[in-house]
Amino acid sequence: MAGPGPDRPPGDATYRDLVRPLLLPSWLVIGILMVLPVALMAVYSFLTKEFRGGVIWDFTLAAYDQFFLDRGLFGDDPPRIEWTYISIFWRSIWQAGLATLLCLLIGFPTAWFIATRPARTRGLWLFLITIPYWVNLLIRTVSLRFLLRDQGPLNGALQWLGLLDSPLSIINTNLAVQIGLFYSYLPFMVLPIYAAVERYNFALSEAAADLYANRWATLREVVLPVVKPGIVAGCILVFIPSLGAFLAPDLLGGAKTFMIGSLIDEQFRGSQGNWPFGAAAAMILMSLVLIVLLIYARSQGRAPR
Amino acid sequence: MKRLLALTTLLATPAFAEGELKVYHWFEYIPDDLVQKFEAETGIKVTIDTYDSNEAMLASLKAGKLGQYDVAVPADFMVGIMAADGMLDSFTPEEMPNLGNIEPKWMDVPFDPGRKHSIPYQWGSTSFSVNRDVYQGDISSLATIFDPPPELSGKINVLDSQNEVLILGSLYLGIPQCTQDREQLKALNDMLLNAKKHWASFGSDIAKDVLVSGDAAAGMIYNGFSAKARAEGANVEYVYPKEGHVVWMDNVVLLKDAPNRENALKFMNFLLEPENAAAVTNYAAYTSGVMGVEPFLDDAIKNSPENNPPPGITPGVFAQACDQETQKLYDAIWTNLKK
Amino acid sequence: MKGVRHYPGFLPLTIVCLVVLYTPLIVVAVYSFNASTSITSWGGFSLRWYGEVFTGREATRFGQAAWNSITIALMAATTATVIATAAALAMVRGGPFRGRQASFALINLPLMVPEIVIAVATLIFFSTIGLKTGYLTILLAHITFCIPFAYLPIAARLEGIEGTYEQAARDLYATRAQAFRLILLPLMVPGIVSGWLLAFIISLDDFIITNFVKGAGMETLPTAIFGSVKQGIKPNIMAISTLMLLVSVLFVTAAYLINRRGRQTP
Repeated sequence: MAGPGPDRPPGDATYRDLVRPLLLPSWLVIGILMVLPVALMAVYSFLTKEFRGGVIWDFTLAAYDQFFLDRGLFGDDPPRIEWTYISIFWRSIWQAGLATLLCLLIGFPTAWFIATRPARTRGLWLFLITIPYWVNLLIRTVSLRFLLRDQGPLNGALQWLGLLDSPLSIINTNLAVQIGLFYSYLPFMVLPIYAAVERYNFALSEAAADLYANRWATLREVVLPVVKPGIVAGCILVFIPSLGAFLAPDLLGGAKTFMIGSLIDEQFRGSQGNWPFGAAAAMILMSLVLIVLLIYARSQGRAPR
Repeated sequence: MKRLLALTTLLATPAFAEGELKVYHWFEYIPDDLVQKFEAETGIKVTIDTYDSNEAMLASLKAGKLGQYDVAVPADFMVGIMAADGMLDSFTPEEMPNLGNIEPKWMDVPFDPGRKHSIPYQWGSTSFSVNRDVYQGDISSLATIFDPPPELSGKINVLDSQNEVLILGSLYLGIPQCTQDREQLKALNDMLLNAKKHWASFGSDIAKDVLVSGDAAAGMIYNGFSAKARAEGANVEYVYPKEGHVVWMDNVVLLKDAPNRENALKFMNFLLEPENAAAVTNYAAYTSGVMGVEPFLDDAIKNSPENNPPPGITPGVFAQACDQETQKLYDAIWTNLKK
Repeated sequence: MKGVRHYPGFLPLTIVCLVVLYTPLIVVAVYSFNASTSITSWGGFSLRWYGEVFTGREATRFGQAAWNSITIALMAATTATVIATAAALAMVRGGPFRGRQASFALINLPLMVPEIVIAVATLIFFSTIGLKTGYLTILLAHITFCIPFAYLPIAARLEGIEGTYEQAARDLYATRAQAFRLILLPLMVPGIVSGWLLAFIISLDDFIITNFVKGAGMETLPTAIFGSVKQGIKPNIMAISTLMLLVSVLFVTAAYLINRRGRQTP
């Protein structure tokens, strides 16, 4: 496998002279259509809120103050650390993390299974994984709600099989949220892992087997390091969208507590109408994600692949 | 790029002899036959764009869509907010021949005195409904939701709407809206935190479905929504609680910078015809604010208990738009409730 | 050969995956034939909702919306995949260069910003520069947020391809363009297909951003059905969804047949 240092095959820098032209389209598109709007939002987070939506062009730190400092309900207590929003963030991160883990546990074997099918059927399998996503997420989530109800088909089936005496309450719990997130983003785990595993050279596993490594040791020591980029890509694609999701928390979890997504949504489309605060919460979320991604990218730059 | 742009504009705006009308409306709130009737009568091509909350509409207009639509349908308090923000155009009585069809009690409303920017669309109330198969006891008080009997505890859905929950909570405690009194607000905050332990879910869009499916045995709901739940077979009773309830009215407003102001006025005037107002009511199951609709109403709508409160009930209240300092306190209570 | 590829438990987990993915769709399909108007009660078998999809009053609206959705998703996914493939080549095969980390962050930026923030910011941006909202603005917004979804699988794939293959080709006097076309590109295909599919479904499904940047009267399927679904799914929405599934299956079958014919006559 390719390693760092002088042994690194020269193919890795084949396109060194074309870096600029190759990156130019993404720089342009994202630079204009994403960086400029986001920069605008970054500016908004430092402006004064206009009552019920909009901003007044007066510089202030009020949004960040609201996020981090607790001055009591009436704003005249001595400032303490505000735990409300930090705990909302923490809860969302925890939920998204569990959903990502769940996706990985089911997604990796599925991707592996697909990658070991004969070459001409693999495409079909990929489509089979993505076909359900032709139906709108909202509809799928509502159907899921129907399935998970106390009197729904799932509980009915479990009771009919004699596995349960009374219905299991899943709906309006955190478990329902995780199931919903898992269901919303499963292909985003399967496809990147598939793309990596498909490339895997099974001769390596055979070599390991010849050296008397058992299956699982081979998986851990030989396979995982090779397909790691796919797993990381899958985790990013599941984890980050899960952080901001609010359909599953609202429809399946009962919306009893804010998640990052619904908190920010409330600031723009809800009755609180506090754009600077919504922008500030988004900037804080972005910075967190960015830090994690850059740490990952940096470790990739150094460590052997 | 430019040519592509020109092409898409061309495709998006086909020429119509009598021009067009751009309506910004709630989801599923106007029957299609009525729109087609208007198009047939006037030759105007109507385009409807939808939103799912008053605040979502305000946000998108503020973010740059003002000037793209001719009319919108905000609720009472939102009419006041939009008027104060200068987002509404006004009309004269001469421009609206059917203005006299509006019921007198809806002419001089606090959010638009004398009806200069808006006309009534539908009005209704918000309180709660109880599934009578599950609970047969006394449900005349808002305590049914905020301090429920054991039979209903854990089976209650409340609207995921700050305004409605906080106002009904205030009515329950007998404190005025937009109060700045610390003791009263603390009491409201504590009462809601306690009540939340009995609630299964927050949801506005699912309010009807959870009652029909039996996922919830009681829930805050709009009267027309409750009527639909009953029509779908749920044995639910809509309550006009003794502490009072919330009254709301959706209004068609003339937006500032309307690209087709003349057509917008024609549309608003059209909606004030009793027959047309009745068509909306038959569809949405609320109540119109127009006189003379009775002959055109379906019996089921005309006689529904949800739309015909028993005499002697405590009158409802409109949501008040609090000032900024006070609103901050209510925002904090809501965030605290959902943190 | 089969030995090392086979892991006990992987097949059952794959089946779990498929069951989870498809069970809610079975609900959708079954209830599209429901004579009653409610999802919670079964009122007998009926085809009336399918009739309504094609002949009902909203037929043209939904038809136009479905057309917009599919064409936007096709164009957005394809454009984003081309952009992402180029970016992946630079990032993975460009060696170390200044601004590599910044580019990585930039490409993934659309993933990091919550949707509602992108939606509001993009609308403000479009109206500031005076771009009229409509089909084009939806397409531009979709291309942008599709890029990371296409990029990550493609880059992950590319990282797994050793440079030795191209090197061997170059040693045999192939030009870089030839080495790319004949060696690297075919090796990248699974990543490109995965990236394209993810971009496609993310575009097809988007509601929040589309709802903000679309103009009056311009609908995509999610914006057209959102309202009806929010107040409880009605069977006509179930019928439309089932038809979308059918279209997707037709797409797949066609792609499969074309692909097979391509293989038979090389």
